[in-house]
Amino acid sequence: MKQDEVRQIRELIARHKRRDFGFGLVGLACLLIGVLTFTALFVDMAIKGVPRLDWDFFTSFPSRRAGQAGILSAWVGSTLVMLVTAAVAVPLGVAAGVYLEEYARKNWVTDVIEINITNLAGVPSIVYGLLALGLFVYAFGLGQSILAAGLTLALLILPVVIVATREAIRSIPQSIREGAYALGATQWQTVKDHILPYAAPGILTGVIIGMARAIGETAPVITIGALTFIAFLPPSPLEGNPVRVAVLAVHRDADPDVQLDLAA
Amino acid sequence: MSSSEGLTSARLARRRRGRWAERLIETILFLAALASVFTTLGIVYVLVSESVAFFRHVPVWDFLTDTQWTPLFDDAHFGIVVLLSGTLTSSFVALAIAIPLGTTIAIYLSEFAPFKLREVAKPFLELLGGIPTIVYGYFALLFVTPLLQRVYPELPGFNLLSAGLVMGIMIIPYVSSISEDAMRAVPMSLREGSYAMGATRFQTATKVVVPAALSGLASAYILGISRAVGETMILAVAAGMQPNLTFNPLEPAATITAFIVQVALGDLPHGSIGYQTIFAAGLTLFLLTLAFNVLGHVLRRRFREAY
Repeated sequence: MKQDEVRQIRELIARHKRRDFGFGLVGLACLLIGVLTFTALFVDMAIKGVPRLDWDFFTSFPSRRAGQAGILSAWVGSTLVMLVTAAVAVPLGVAAGVYLEEYARKNWVTDVIEINITNLAGVPSIVYGLLALGLFVYAFGLGQSILAAGLTLALLILPVVIVATREAIRSIPQSIREGAYALGATQWQTVKDHILPYAAPGILTGVIIGMARAIGETAPVITIGALTFIAFLPPSPLEGNPVRVAVLAVHRDADPDVQLDLAA
Repeated sequence: MSSSEGLTSARLARRRRGRWAERLIETILFLAALASVFTTLGIVYVLVSESVAFFRHVPVWDFLTDTQWTPLFDDAHFGIVVLLSGTLTSSFVALAIAIPLGTTIAIYLSEFAPFKLREVAKPFLELLGGIPTIVYGYFALLFVTPLLQRVYPELPGFNLLSAGLVMGIMIIPYVSSISEDAMRAVPMSLREGSYAMGATRFQTATKVVVPAALSGLASAYILGISRAVGETMILAVAAGMQPNLTFNPLEPAATITAFIVQVALGDLPHGSIGYQTIFAAGLTLFLLTLAFNVLGHVLRRRFREAY
């Protein structure tokens, strides 16, 4: 009788342990699905793309003949757009992050700004494209220019930069600020000489993540009308004349994507 | 005496100047923070103003109930339901992948995985979420679809299934990282209590940790949904651009986002009805994701404040 119970309990334990072990395997398998997909994606692109990756590919213009097509105008366009994006998003994002962490009082204005930022982070990127089309291209008359594309992507990654800045600043111990104030520093001196240097690595990470996202972002740039077959370099990008940028030569096979992926 | 007085007044003047500069800097920083509010206002303004022009041509009732979507034909019909069906079907496929896999991965990483594995796995998953979506789109079109066609030969080249599957893989990191955060926020004492009662890790995970983190999990799912609904390039590339009122994932169908891309790829004159249509479609999309996002953040805040 007693032995029977012991055996039952042992069985129960063994069953639960098996289940426990089983779930561990399932979890590992799920993780592997992610890893496998990534590998498949990468290998697939590498097999199709690498034979075409040579010097000419980067230095020739897109062509109707796939064999001669290159991505010169695409990567030049991407680089210029990224420069505009960085020039706008980084100062604006860092300033906003510093304000919210160091200056903002707890009132409804701050609440509105914070809710806004979390919501902006969730807005689909295509909607930013529509904003750019309606506002930058037509209302401000920037045309289908590098400037318009850069500004759009800057707005898109602004939440990323702001959140990264805030998190970097939040991790700075209060004693650093107190030390600065004790020496008679003003608030701005404290921010400029202590907070920002300490937070710089964290902010930089956020900026890099944001830029990586901006490089890969296609939808908003398409709505501006940048995805066009062009075979020349933009003469003067920042004057807002209707210069078109081929940010991504998506009409070809997967090659441009390989290059993108390596960059990201 | 007089020299020290001069010194004091000079110092006072400098301090006054300094205080003025401080105010100026604070104002500049405040304006930078306001930029995000202006972005939202800009989005709402653009979408609403163009949509109002659109709804002057097309009654709202037709927009919501018509079962045809042919905005660029002579016989124009504007039934958003058609696009919505594509969006919902593909999102459903994506979530059918992302929710089970994402939750399992989150439970595994939070409760089972050894520390070292977790340190490797988390950045890797984030990498999966950082791949440009256009790359995923071509992956779905050129790799996953042929693979599926081997199993099911009648599958058309463009279909919602492969786009949805790949989209699901893309969303896994979002779901798993928020879910894991939620489970990590569950206090250790609850787990210890459960272990002390003789529960296994699996029992602890399913009966203690998951119920405690439920609102966090719900927020992860909802943010995943909003991500899937707003996803553009995967669907534009792999699901085709043919408007199709269907809930069958094996068929090609356009989604709201794919339609916007399709129209934007062509050259539509500013102010035409086709041009306004994409803003009406965009407004629908914006409201849809906004609803999901707000719900998700409310739930998320609740789990953060629970302990």
